[in-house]
Amino acid sequence: MDPILEVRDLVKRYKTVNAVNGISFSIPRGICFGLLGPNGAGKTTALEVIEDIIPPTSGEVLYDGAPKSPSFREEVGIQFQHTSLLHFMTVRETLVTFQKLYHKTESIDFLIDICRLRDIQGQMNNKISGGQAQRMLLALALVNKPKLLFLDEPSTGLDPQARRYLWDIILEIREKGKTIVLTTHSMDEAEYLCDDIAIMDHGRIIARGSPAELIRAHCSGGTISLPRANVRMNPAGLPFPYREVNGWLHITVDRVNTGIEKLLAMHVDLNDMKVHSPNLEDVFLRLTGRSLRE
Amino acid sequence: MFKARNYEFFRDKAAFGWNFLFPFLIIAGFGIIFGGGGYSGFKVGVFPAGTESLSRADLKLPLKFADTEHLEFIGFPTLEQGLERLKHHKIDFLVRQGSPTGQYWVLESSPRGYIVERLYQAGLIPEGTFVGEKIAVEGDSIRYIDWLFPGILAMNMMFSALWGVGYIIVRYRKNGVLKRLKATPLTAFEYMTAQALSRIFLLLFTLAIVWAGSDLLFSFRVAGSYLDLFVVFFLGAMSLTSIGLLLAARGTSEEFASGALNFIAWPMMFLSEVWFSLEGAPDWVKTLSQFLPLTHLLQAARKIMNDGATLVDVSGQCLAMLATALACLVLGAVLFSWNE
Repeated sequence: MDPILEVRDLVKRYKTVNAVNGISFSIPRGICFGLLGPNGAGKTTALEVIEDIIPPTSGEVLYDGAPKSPSFREEVGIQFQHTSLLHFMTVRETLVTFQKLYHKTESIDFLIDICRLRDIQGQMNNKISGGQAQRMLLALALVNKPKLLFLDEPSTGLDPQARRYLWDIILEIREKGKTIVLTTHSMDEAEYLCDDIAIMDHGRIIARGSPAELIRAHCSGGTISLPRANVRMNPAGLPFPYREVNGWLHITVDRVNTGIEKLLAMHVDLNDMKVHSPNLEDVFLRLTGRSLRE
Repeated sequence: MFKARNYEFFRDKAAFGWNFLFPFLIIAGFGIIFGGGGYSGFKVGVFPAGTESLSRADLKLPLKFADTEHLEFIGFPTLEQGLERLKHHKIDFLVRQGSPTGQYWVLESSPRGYIVERLYQAGLIPEGTFVGEKIAVEGDSIRYIDWLFPGILAMNMMFSALWGVGYIIVRYRKNGVLKRLKATPLTAFEYMTAQALSRIFLLLFTLAIVWAGSDLLFSFRVAGSYLDLFVVFFLGAMSLTSIGLLLAARGTSEEFASGALNFIAWPMMFLSEVWFSLEGAPDWVKTLSQFLPLTHLLQAARKIMNDGATLVDVSGQCLAMLATALACLVLGAVLFSWNE
């Protein structure tokens, strides 16, 4: 099946900064695609160029196999990272106002139900909580029955409960066959929602694949963490790569069972041992040498 | 978009109230000052006098001068107290009552003092002396409040149009509302048209309410047609709103927008004869005022209200307002940016 979106050699250069540095990827239909990277990696800029909000310096974006036409805005839904809305309007009135800007639209009651806005539909749009505001913005992005949905860091600033609530809504939307492109710097969010991930850093894509593929390709095995005091010998003598952080040794092993056996054979005290399976954070760390949250 | 902007206007209670209250307060204030009996043109200090408030019948001054209208007489016990007030322009003229030589004091630099001096000297001319042939003008006179009223309405319209459109759009651009709208199929021209139509509707709505309220108090005269007057105010609202749209076409700084709006609004207020006539002003000032749509709005409105002019009589002013509106709308649409 043809990809719904294809990005070719996209570059966005500001006066002294290359925010997006020649990225290329394509997105199959019906999946949730994630652009994962730390703050300042160029995710939002890349997304806004793709959304046609800011012009590219060079490169090409194909939607449905062709350059974007005026109908692009009729067929995509967009949720920005930071959005202000017209004031003095209720949640429902805000949805109705945006609904009138499109030809093909979703019913307001459907949007209110799917985004769990029934209880707050009569409240002013600036008098609702952060989680409610994000759900309302998601409803706004869905108001035109989009085939392709862009979500820029949809859960930033939300408490864990509100995040999980929003993620469940996003999964429900994906199950209805829509293609979702989201940016995030949260590995949890990417692992929970995304079928396919591109990891971005310094305006470039440094890895691509499903969460499992990325972990398998870049971080097989696991990490055994031990208090430094448990290892009486010089850790340089360990047969595994390791990092020492804040009094703990983080030992990377190809197979956890084999690793534990070797450590026991070397009389290392395994009390207080922690075993950690690799995740996307480890992938990023392995690829860039620094943490996603730095 | 039209409806959404109207919601904002009507639901923002503070701004909504002020839009009606501000022009009404100015009109009421000027009505009281110029319409009541408490106002006099010139203040004449009289000494020696026991009280500040003086009865004209008790004044020991030339009779013709004491009977002159638009003079207010204020008593002082001593010359020193009167002179102190005169030097600070709190009175225009000081006279010693009962003086056989008609002694008086006046500031050489005061134009108002000069006029009262001439009045006083005329009061000293004996009765029966030839003073010219008087021919009284019959018919309804135009009160100052009748002349001022359209000026206040137009000024309110100007501030509301410039800030209600110009400032608001810049604020929306700054906080990302316009960026969100850019992500929809809405075009810049559609957005600007909705803003303009909403503001014109609100300006005319406000105008009608303030007019009705003020008319109840002051019974303004409208010699011409109300329909013609409506057309003139509609064109005025359109041209002023278009200037607001042009100013808001670009930029994200509210401070800069505020400065630019003030830079346009204040000269327009003073050079468009809102408060005073430009008769006698230098030619370049008069020429400059002809480039301001508020001048044309006021000229046309006053001609219709005070002189009974028709739209044909004020077609020049109407065309000038229409041209301003079209030029600003086209330029504004070309320059408009959603996020820069």
